[in-house]
Formats: sequence, C-alpha cells, structure tokens
Amino acid sequence: MNQHHWNDSECLFLPASAPDYLPLPQLRSLQLQRLRATVKRCYEHVALFRSRMEAKGLTPADIRTLDDIRLLPFTEKSDLRDTYPFGLFASPMSDIVRLHASSGTTGKPIVVAYTQNDIDVWKNVIQRTFACAGVGRGDIIQNAYGYGLFTGGLGVHYGAEALGATVIPVSGGNTDRQIMLMRDFGITVICCTPSYFLHIIDHAEKIGVDIRKLPLRAGFFGAEPWTEEMRKRIEELAGIKAYDIYGLSEIIGPGVGAESQAQDGLHIFEDHFFPEIVDPKTGESLPDGEEGELVLSTLSKEAMPILRYRTHDITSILTTPSGCGRTIRRIRRINRRSDDMFIIRGVNVFPSQIETAILQIEDTLPHYLIILTRQNNLDQITIQVEVTEKYFSDKVSELQSLRQRLAHAVEQIIGIRAELQLVEPRTLARSEGKIARVSDRRNQPQN
Amino acid sequence: MKLNQISVFVQNEAGSLTKYLRVLADGGVNIHTLTLADTRDFGILRMIIREWELARELLEKAGAVVKVSEVYAIHVPHRPGGLAEVTDLLLGARVSIEYMYAYNLRGEGSAVMVFCFDKPQDALAALAKVGLNPVEPALLFGAAPSTC
Repeated sequence: MNQHHWNDSECLFLPASAPDYLPLPQLRSLQLQRLRATVKRCYEHVALFRSRMEAKGLTPADIRTLDDIRLLPFTEKSDLRDTYPFGLFASPMSDIVRLHASSGTTGKPIVVAYTQNDIDVWKNVIQRTFACAGVGRGDIIQNAYGYGLFTGGLGVHYGAEALGATVIPVSGGNTDRQIMLMRDFGITVICCTPSYFLHIIDHAEKIGVDIRKLPLRAGFFGAEPWTEEMRKRIEELAGIKAYDIYGLSEIIGPGVGAESQAQDGLHIFEDHFFPEIVDPKTGESLPDGEEGELVLSTLSKEAMPILRYRTHDITSILTTPSGCGRTIRRIRRINRRSDDMFIIRGVNVFPSQIETAILQIEDTLPHYLIILTRQNNLDQITIQVEVTEKYFSDKVSELQSLRQRLAHAVEQIIGIRAELQLVEPRTLARSEGKIARVSDRRNQPQN
Repeated sequence: MKLNQISVFVQNEAGSLTKYLRVLADGGVNIHTLTLADTRDFGILRMIIREWELARELLEKAGAVVKVSEVYAIHVPHRPGGLAEVTDLLLGARVSIEYMYAYNLRGEGSAVMVFCFDKPQDALAALAKVGLNPVEPALLFGAAPSTC
C-alpha cells in the first residue's frame, strides 16, 4: 500500500508501519487528498452530511487546505443514534462486509459499517498498534476483548493475525481460564481493559500463579480511561510493559491511536484519522499543544465516513517529537471527558440513562449519585438513590423490592449490574448550579 | 383500637440513628417502644409514641422521611405456646403478619405484642373471637410509663 518515498534502509519495523514515519509534507499532502475524497463521498452519499454542508453554504470544492476542515460541521454521537440503523452509510449494503453495534446508548445502539477496504485499513492500524510496541510474528497474543458486536474483540483479532502473530480469541471473562491459557500457551501479549488485567493479576496471585515468571511481556490496555499510576502498578505486579491504546467504534474501533515503546503519548494513525483539538464549549479550533476536546475525522473510511466527530475526550496534541522517531502526531493520555459520560468495564454510560431507569420505577426523579469504585481491581458501579416519602415503607420487603426494581431497570438499560443503595433524604450533596451526578473513586487508594 | 406507628428510614451508617433519637429527645418526646428492622444497607426505625403527630413534625423538620402506619397492640397469653396460638389463629383467618415486635409493658400474666397486619379487620375479628383485643392506649401510655 505504500507508494510513497520514505527511507526504509534502517527500518526494523513492519512495512505496514511505513506511514508512521512519513516526512510531514508528504503526510499532510496525503491527508489533504484523502480528506477531499472523504468530504466528496459524504456530500454525495450521506443525506445528513450534505444537508449540514448546504446549511453552511459549503460544497466539497471549498475544502482546499487541511485547515479548511474547520469549516465542516461537527458530527455528534446523537447523529449516529438519530440515523439508526443505516442512515450514515455511504456504501450500498452489497459493498458492506461487516456491521458492528455498540450498546452505549439509551434504547437504540449505534451501528457502524465496514467495506472490505475498511476492514483492511482496520487490520493495518492494528498491526501498527502492535508494531509500535515491538510486537510481531512469533508473539502469542491473548485477546481478552469481547468478541461479538463490540468492535474490540474482532478488531484486534484480524489485525493481530495480519501481523503474523498467533492469536488466542479467548474473549472476556472466565479469569481462571485466562490464567491457565496464559501459563500453558506461553502467552507473550495480552489485550484487555486495564481494570480487568488488574483483576487477572489479583486472581493469579490467589491461585498461586506468579505472572512475573510467565513469558508475558506486554499488555495493550484500552476501552476505558486509566492512569500513569495504574501503569506503574501493572508493570510492577506483572513484570510487563503496559501500553495505552485508543479507539472508538464511531471512528473504526480499536486502532485509532497507540503508544510506542517510548510510552510518551498515543500516536494517532493520522493518515486514516485526522485529529483536531477544539474548545469543548465553543467548538473553536485550538492549536496543537493546547488542551481541549479531541475531534476526529476519518480519511479513508468508505462504508461510514465521519466528519469531525466530537469524542468528548479531553486531551492535547503533543508538540515535541516522540522518542521513537514516528512522525505522526501524538495525543496525551486521556483521563477525562467534557461531558458527564463515564466508561465502566468498556461500556459507555451517561447519567441520563440512569435517570431514565429510575423514572421507570418512580414518578419523579429523586436525588441520586453514581459512585464508581474499583474493588478487587474490577470496576463497580453503585447508585445511591434518596428515599422519598412516596416510596418509603415501614415494610422491609417493600423497600427491598423497590431497591431490586431500580437495580433491574438500571441493568436493563446500561447492561451492567449496578449495586443500588437507598439513602436518607438530603444526604447527597446539593450544590448551586451543576449537580455532581457521578463520583469517580476508581483511582483513589483502596482500603 | 389502632395505634399510629411512626417509621423512619435510617441509613446503615454511624450516627444515623442517634441523629433522630436526639431530635425526639430535644423535643421532649418519649418513645414507648421501638424496633429497628435492619438490612445490609438500611434500617427502618419503628416507634410507638403517644405524641406521634409532634414526633412526625420534629422528625420531618430534621429531614427524615417518615411514615405513619396503623398497627395493633394485642395482649398475648404469657405462657409457652401463647404466641403460637395467636399466629395459628391468624393463619386460619388468612391474615398475614407484615411484622411484629414486643411492646415494652411491664405487667403480670400477659405480654403485649405490636402487630402490623395485611388485613387488620379480619385479624381483629379473628382475635376477638377468642377474647384477644387491642390494648387500650391508656394502658399503653398511661399506666406503665416506659423509658425504653
């Protein structure tokens, strides 16, 4: 795929990784060419993009430079939901070879589509993700991301195969088996959420397996925010290198960005996904180096190109060159969002979903607080709901039933079991203006 | 005659009980008897108080969620099998006991139990047949003041 000139005489990496090292003028020229083609495709094949561009008086011909991307309208998650299921597709179904869907919304899922070429791009960026960390042929990769509608499992799977590595498609869960495979198969690389890996470490210790003595040498952790402190802990406890990876289904799935061995930020595979940073409040473009909301545009997607997708992830584009020599830009590790969405066990949850669930049971919305904790290295969600006069009963069974109905409604909507606690009225903090609905205590020391 | 029982929701954490007891103490309200139904996460404090309206007002002012419900104090034969006879009787009358607890009344020959029935009228009718009647408030609150 690489028809560009680049100096590969000393390159020890996969040919697939070539775009990571493109000289910047060539990279920018490639991006512009691809951006113009993507805008044209969106304008010609997707009604929503066309009408939004028309509303701004834009035609594809108005995109002459990369900076002109700022003229284009944003795309929000709600646009994907509102056009459910196939409204944003730019290819006929006969050209689409795969559909995935995410659960992270109220009611309808978000559907994403891939042509064969999209799948090939996906494989390429996953290969580059692994190559970034020096993983390749000869490695045995345990893929503990969920297989199925979620993009994590299959996305990583095909890229890892294309890399020439051996893939174990174990999917998530069954920690005993994960540890058995890790030991018996001589696994060298694991892919899962960071919190699940901490759980694996914990469980291994319990059953007398020392992960440090196994051949495992690297982990690719993503699908939820984590911190440098967690990285240190994982690296110490498991004796491996822990790499942060970034991706989202709306753009492609895993494979949007990854850390290299320099572990100095996540390289965005920007020949396929163009990153911008904007002010989360005004939408104004911010220069590289400034903190703001990450906005991504796909540059080569066929089935479902996306223009200026608001990720709501807060980060900045790093301006110093990476220690690994790649020329593609990097973003700082993401550990916070501009909206109130939170990610638990890889699933996106909005407080509004919890409200919807509560309102299925109670007539009016009581005060509530969502508390995220990490117990035995697994993320837990606890929802405290204030008891109101109307639903209070002198009978334990009635209150237990209320609690269970609330917990059930929440689980039905977010797909994750939540611990539900009834609390006294006025015990949850009130504040002027914005009420804190989520208390994330996952990175607080456990006692 | 029915009793107005005051129930308060209490969280299972340090200080939540004493907070409400203090409110009643400061208001000069005496609790004649009480029971705490506790679960892993929360408790329900049920109290029999003569000045139940004042108690409700004080508790609500203190931010408590309060419920007033109808319960009955019944003399139960104070001998082996006395309570079993009563529960047998209620079973026969197809009445469910939502909950019950002992009333702190010092007396000879009988014990007083507080009952919450699902069908109070059926329960009272069945009990009356064998001469078991609700205890008069005067006896509960007047004759034997309790500090509980």
